[in-house]
Amino acid sequence: MNLFFSLVVIAVLIALPWLLVGAAGLDYLFGVIVPYVALAVFVVGLIMRVLQWARLPVPFRTPTTCGQQKSLPWIKPSRLENPHSTLGVIGRMLLEVLFFRSLFRNTRSELRDSSRLTYFADKWLWAGGLAFHWAFLIVVARHFRFFLEPVPWCVSVMEGLDSFFQVGLPIIYLTDVIIIAALTYLFFRRIINPRLRYISLAADYFPLLLLLGIAVSGVWMRYFDKTDIVGIKELTMGLVTLSPVVPEGISALFFVHLFLVSALLIYFPFSKLVHAGGVFFSPTRNLANNNRVKRHINPWDYPVKVHTYEEYEDEFRDVMKAAEMPLEKE
Amino acid sequence: MAEDVKKPEELIQIDYGPPKRSWMDPTVKFERGSYNYAAVKDNQEYLSLPFPRKWQPYEDDWQLPDGWEEIIFKGFKERLEKYRSLRIFMDICVRCGACADKCHFFIGSGDPKNMPVLRAELLRSVYRNDFTTAGKVLGKFAGGRKLTVGVLKEWFYYFYQCTECRRCSVFCPYGIDTAEITMMARELMNLIGISIEWIGTPVANCFRTGNHLGIQPHGFKDSIDFAVDELEELTGVRVEAPINKKGAEILFVAPSADYFASPHYYTLLGYLQLFHEIGLDYTWSSYASEGGNFGLFHSAEMMKRLNSKIYMEAKRLGVKWIIGGECGHMWRVVHQYMDTLNGPADFLEEPVSPFTGTRFENTRATKMVHISEFTADLIHHNKLKLDPSRNDHWRVTYHDSCNPVRAMGLLEEPRYVINSVCNNFHEMPENTIREQTFCCGSGAGLGTDENFEMRMRGGLPRANAVQYVHDKHDVNILLCMCAIDKATLPPLLEYWVPGVEVGGVHEMVGNALIMKGQHDRPTDLRGTPYEQDGKEGDDNV
Ligand code: HEM
Ligand code: SF4
Ligand code: SF4
Repeated sequence: MNLFFSLVVIAVLIALPWLLVGAAGLDYLFGVIVPYVALAVFVVGLIMRVLQWARLPVPFRTPTTCGQQKSLPWIKPSRLENPHSTLGVIGRMLLEVLFFRSLFRNTRSELRDSSRLTYFADKWLWAGGLAFHWAFLIVVARHFRFFLEPVPWCVSVMEGLDSFFQVGLPIIYLTDVIIIAALTYLFFRRIINPRLRYISLAADYFPLLLLLGIAVSGVWMRYFDKTDIVGIKELTMGLVTLSPVVPEGISALFFVHLFLVSALLIYFPFSKLVHAGGVFFSPTRNLANNNRVKRHINPWDYPVKVHTYEEYEDEFRDVMKAAEMPLEKE
Repeated sequence: MAEDVKKPEELIQIDYGPPKRSWMDPTVKFERGSYNYAAVKDNQEYLSLPFPRKWQPYEDDWQLPDGWEEIIFKGFKERLEKYRSLRIFMDICVRCGACADKCHFFIGSGDPKNMPVLRAELLRSVYRNDFTTAGKVLGKFAGGRKLTVGVLKEWFYYFYQCTECRRCSVFCPYGIDTAEITMMARELMNLIGISIEWIGTPVANCFRTGNHLGIQPHGFKDSIDFAVDELEELTGVRVEAPINKKGAEILFVAPSADYFASPHYYTLLGYLQLFHEIGLDYTWSSYASEGGNFGLFHSAEMMKRLNSKIYMEAKRLGVKWIIGGECGHMWRVVHQYMDTLNGPADFLEEPVSPFTGTRFENTRATKMVHISEFTADLIHHNKLKLDPSRNDHWRVTYHDSCNPVRAMGLLEEPRYVINSVCNNFHEMPENTIREQTFCCGSGAGLGTDENFEMRMRGGLPRANAVQYVHDKHDVNILLCMCAIDKATLPPLLEYWVPGVEVGGVHEMVGNALIMKGQHDRPTDLRGTPYEQDGKEGDDNV
């Protein structure tokens, strides 16, 4: 059901530009207006999202500690798993964001012979997830060749590395293969594993399909459709320099690609994809475990009804006296 | 244990396959053994909590107050604005499933809604429906659910099937802490008078008398005096255990179970021996006689109300600093919340051990030191005369309690102490200890008789790991530093791994501690005689 819903939406998103660009000649809409709107929604949406989180108070300091605390001088603290300083926190966050540290811990539990629980290291999700994210990052970075003139040297260097395992022409980028393979894995994982299928919402299939759509249409253009690169660069540079033009002869496939990217940009700030920003705000990861060293202030703290010692003694004075316990008032 | 309890062989037939029906249709059956009774009206009234009433979860009609949906909606909104954690955790889960089989309740029950991700989705689905544009427009397609009585019943069932252990948070790539989500959900339910008896009663007792069982001051004194007498019989040494003594250097706060429950009691004996032997100038307090804080399982406000006593009492008695005993959730509160809730403790001094001169710099603000930090420091400086062979009849393993590990990082201190006082220490498998430790399955207010089956399920991963070292190394005692553990692990082990006892770390310290002026100690603290092979008597003075 959720899967079906996502598939239909994706099909519509592909069909729209495919049918309309060629037939109705809405090139300017799909080539200029939609991308501009999408970018605006993305930027404004994401900023608003991040500001909303940033404004919210963090009443308590509640890091999840995954290693030895810093206590006695002769006990070695775990600086990254249980950071007690800002430097440690930065290290911990870098490990999380760049290498998915926590996901790396993943295990799979199994009950054997109805008697023995066993736990296996399970790195597939970590590997697939990391492969996808890094490939995505590099692919996006490579696209700067279309938006910058002259092409910066770092983009060229990256392209060189990416095509290191050169096989035939045109150059095959490693990341193109990886991103499609990783997304395919992530997608089928959700369908095949019954537990994941059970928890998956439309909002889980949809972004994977959308990203797959983007990657496949991009690859198709590049390797099979031999799209008019010069024309495309004219269009993208036009967009960047705020003097948009839509040259003749750009294939419908390109418009599909561009439209899916626009859809991703619009979808991003309002979906689970905001995890990209949110992870930096997670209070269980981005706070130092220095709770007993440095007082943390709760900005909305308020006085509560307590039971004072005086009230307590008033209630129990007789029995306390009989038991010869010290009293404030005899 | 009631008679209709399933046999272990039966209970372990666990079906992990998800059901056909979508999780979005709420389905809860309140079956015996897997839920907790409702909070008692009188206690709710005593604590001035809203909508006190007589009701039970298995009844059809929960007598919900008029406009309860609106109350929850407002409460939810308020918390989304007060807790960045809640908002972030509602927004960024990608349902990757990494947390799914990390929860002991899922492993032990196979119920998909015990996967942390779905437990959180129970709340998140309502969040999406009420607070996100997509949810408001697309409803079910966007994973939104309206808050209905059915959903509420599901909340009650599953948020009282989470022990707030934080194991899921260790594995989540964004650190999403389902314990925090459970806390928020429980707060929301409190707003309409829905809570459980084993939170309401201890909280009310603790508020009034200073401890969970409602023991009055003289009863508290009796317990301590009794322990002093018994210790004299066991060791020949008469220790002092001052109560409410003004001007003592240190206030000692332990979980109340230490002085009224077993096997906690042997840990109490250990503390008393230790403090006497080093000549600590300290005092107990009858008013702040509970370190454990069931308010944590209720709401941030209740946690603050109960926790306030510790600093107030430290101030009244004029002590310099505080030591805290063996307790798990107590240390979550002390370490992560106390200073924020009831500090600053500027009337206390930075803790310095009077015997070793060690400055406990890690407690500079809170001024409260964990007993295992204190003892480890003593042992490291050779301040104690120890004979670990007096624990040779024990083959020990150690259970890391959830909170001191995942909300503090207390890993090596207890291990150092154990290794100094025991000769046979064997760790359980690595996926079940330290930051990956498995909960006892009965924390966060769930340790009741009526919830017995679910406790046995939740405790299965822990028990199974004990089984492993029991089979492999003949381990016969599981040590721990938590009052809830000491209360709930014995029935758990009796159920799954008969033949393994439960004890505290300072019980082992007490056994091993050679005291000045002690007589021949023919038994350990439990009164178990040492075998007469001549080995034990050697070091006695
Ligand atoms: C700071 C940047 C980011 C971090 C640290 C991050 C981290 C993660 C992690 C740890 C996962 C879970 C593992 C997995 O399922 O692969 C995940 C999932 C995912 N991420 Fe990211 N991510 C980031 C940025 C992005 C961006 C920019 C996108 C795409 C536009 C993205 C798309 C996804 C998708 C679609 C999933 C779900 C995969 C699935 O459903 O199985 N992420 N991310
Ligand atoms: S591990 Fe974290 S992101 Fe993944 S499903 Fe669980 S809570 Fe969500
Ligand atoms: S906090 Fe513990 S009990 Fe609660 S969902 Fe997470 S793993 Fe399960």
